[in-house]
Amino acid sequence: MIAAYLLLLMPLVGVVFFALFGHRPRIGRINIKFNAFALLMSFWLALNVHKSGTLVSEGLYFLVDSFNVYLIVLTAFVGLTTSIFSAPYMRHEQQKGRLTEKRLRLYYSMYQGFMFAMYLVLTTNNMGILWVAMEAATLATVLLVSLYRTPESIEAAWKYFILCGVGIAQAMFGTVLLYYAAMQISDAENALNWTVLIENASQLNPEIMEISFVFMLVGYGTKIGLVPLHNWLPDAHSEGPTPMSAVLSGLLLNDALYAVVRNKMIVDGTTQTNIAGYLMMGFGLLSFLVAAIFLHRQQDIKRLFSYSSVEHMGLMTFAFGMGTPFSTFAALLHMTVHSLTKSAIFVTVGHAAQIAGTQQIDKIRGLIKTQPSVGWGLLIGTLAIAGFPPFGVFTSEFLVLLATMQSYPWLTPFLLLGIGLACAGLFRNIQPMVYGKRPEGQQAVEANLWPVIIHLVLVLWLGLSIPQSLSDWFNQTTILISGSAPL
Amino acid sequence: MELIKLDFYTQGVLSIAALIGLTSFLMLGQGRLLRLIFVFALQGLLLVLATALAGYSMENSHLYISAAITLVLKVFLIPWMLQKQVYKLNLHRDVETLKNSTAVMLGGATLVVFSYYVLHPVIQNSSVVLVNALAVGLSLVLLGMLLMISRHHAIAHVVGFMSIENGLFFAAIVSTRGMPMVVELGIAFDVLVAAILFGIFFLHISSSIDSLDVDQMNRLNEVDQ
Repeated sequence: MIAAYLLLLMPLVGVVFFALFGHRPRIGRINIKFNAFALLMSFWLALNVHKSGTLVSEGLYFLVDSFNVYLIVLTAFVGLTTSIFSAPYMRHEQQKGRLTEKRLRLYYSMYQGFMFAMYLVLTTNNMGILWVAMEAATLATVLLVSLYRTPESIEAAWKYFILCGVGIAQAMFGTVLLYYAAMQISDAENALNWTVLIENASQLNPEIMEISFVFMLVGYGTKIGLVPLHNWLPDAHSEGPTPMSAVLSGLLLNDALYAVVRNKMIVDGTTQTNIAGYLMMGFGLLSFLVAAIFLHRQQDIKRLFSYSSVEHMGLMTFAFGMGTPFSTFAALLHMTVHSLTKSAIFVTVGHAAQIAGTQQIDKIRGLIKTQPSVGWGLLIGTLAIAGFPPFGVFTSEFLVLLATMQSYPWLTPFLLLGIGLACAGLFRNIQPMVYGKRPEGQQAVEANLWPVIIHLVLVLWLGLSIPQSLSDWFNQTTILISGSAPL
Repeated sequence: MELIKLDFYTQGVLSIAALIGLTSFLMLGQGRLLRLIFVFALQGLLLVLATALAGYSMENSHLYISAAITLVLKVFLIPWMLQKQVYKLNLHRDVETLKNSTAVMLGGATLVVFSYYVLHPVIQNSSVVLVNALAVGLSLVLLGMLLMISRHHAIAHVVGFMSIENGLFFAAIVSTRGMPMVVELGIAFDVLVAAILFGIFFLHISSSIDSLDVDQMNRLNEVDQ
């Protein structure tokens, strides 16, 4: 458990440290060190869980099991690679005069604040604290979305703040109902603890739990970006600094889905039916299809990829909703590969936008000639996210398709349609950006593409062969979530 | 059910619930920002009364603490901050003309009925207070949203947002005698930070688009130009 405490403590120290020293010239590297430390801690934690199974802290405040430990490692990993990207990126932005020292301090401080909120969401055992941390994640990132202080970015941040705030208020109401249901069977202090809830799930009142889940799904679903609650997402992703888009897409959305799945596990235990799953399938499929269509009408490169995030989150929600061991396994794999691929893409997109000096798709041209590394990164990243073999996204989407054919064969055409639409939507925009005619005077920028390479190699590896230890891990998690093993 | 026959606590909470519902409707029909903020503070005060009453009847000291936190935050600090912003941005003389006020009021009434309908399953196994309190809590949440939808002013949106928070708090207090202390402290912290952030935002919005009318924020959309 010490690893978990250190994991939480370090970003808290970071918030204060960077608020004071965040404007110093080499601060980007220190940010990397903070995140590297968090990654080490998360490995240590994973090792502990691997050795001794589920860990519960004294007083039941924290819980680390195979489900959240894998997300913790993923969060820490993406947090680290994004910070590696962010160091030269923010220096570039500062040199161009888009950022003052004060805002740089805010940026680094809130980067750590956001990481803290994410780790707290994942490690806490208390459904109330989970809510508080989720809201804290919004609060930490809202000023980062408006970091450039353009009218657009302020509008995006306001939308993000209001929509997510109101949305997550629904989840609070769900939590109140959950607490009320749990009060009937447990003492007041422990009634919101997940471990207590899951043990006594069958004794909870099914009707109250169903209403509670609806509120939870709408509330956390706003943060997942489920259609029709997704409006804030493309705005916030497109107007904020690119490292923020990478962590929002790669981490925040996952953790919101994590909250929904945790609740689903309790509700499933109570109702013994898949009612919660049907709701998730409906919302998920709708998001998947609508986002795939919207990919075709985007004019801003970051908006394009944020709709792609909505699409993939929809697919994961759908797969978790089906609730069979097979589909749960696929959803877990998809969560991993999507996070890795999408944050890699946002890194290259950030550099592409810096090269072209704009985010307008029709003004970004000829990347592969100006800076081949960025061009290839974007192209390969897009291939991976569109679900081409041999990348990991192909494997996980294929598994989702198989699981659908097994349980709900009549839904398969919708999925195929969505995947096809999304692929077309991405490539009609990406192809001219990568290969098109290079504009006069376009210059290469200082870029660190190691995060992209590492992420894409990992995704490729996961597509070619999933290592035994990882598949065991996913297996354990699947047993935890859906009750039996997929393989 | 006759109100007179119920015990003191039940009577008190039911009356407060009714009054809190009333304040939400007052907010819906209030075009002046300063009065809107005043009504919001009033709602906070009723919330404090409900919390203290619950604490008194359950002899639960932790409810007194949360009553004190609410008193400081929702009755004094946040209304004061909002009021300061209104004066600073020179908005205290503005009156927002409310469009479709009849429709909004009727919509509000419908939302209250809807809340009772949604929470109907709870009725079978619980007391009078609970059903009413949860329903009022939920209607506060929905009415807060309605307030945000029907207004164009950013400050009115914040008041709506905060009154949603009030509704949640009220539901939690009456149905479950408050959340566990850690959770409640966390929520209070989040509300405080949110209030400060809103203050920062008002400045940014008014300096970037020259007004706090959210209708002016229309640069980001999917509609073809």
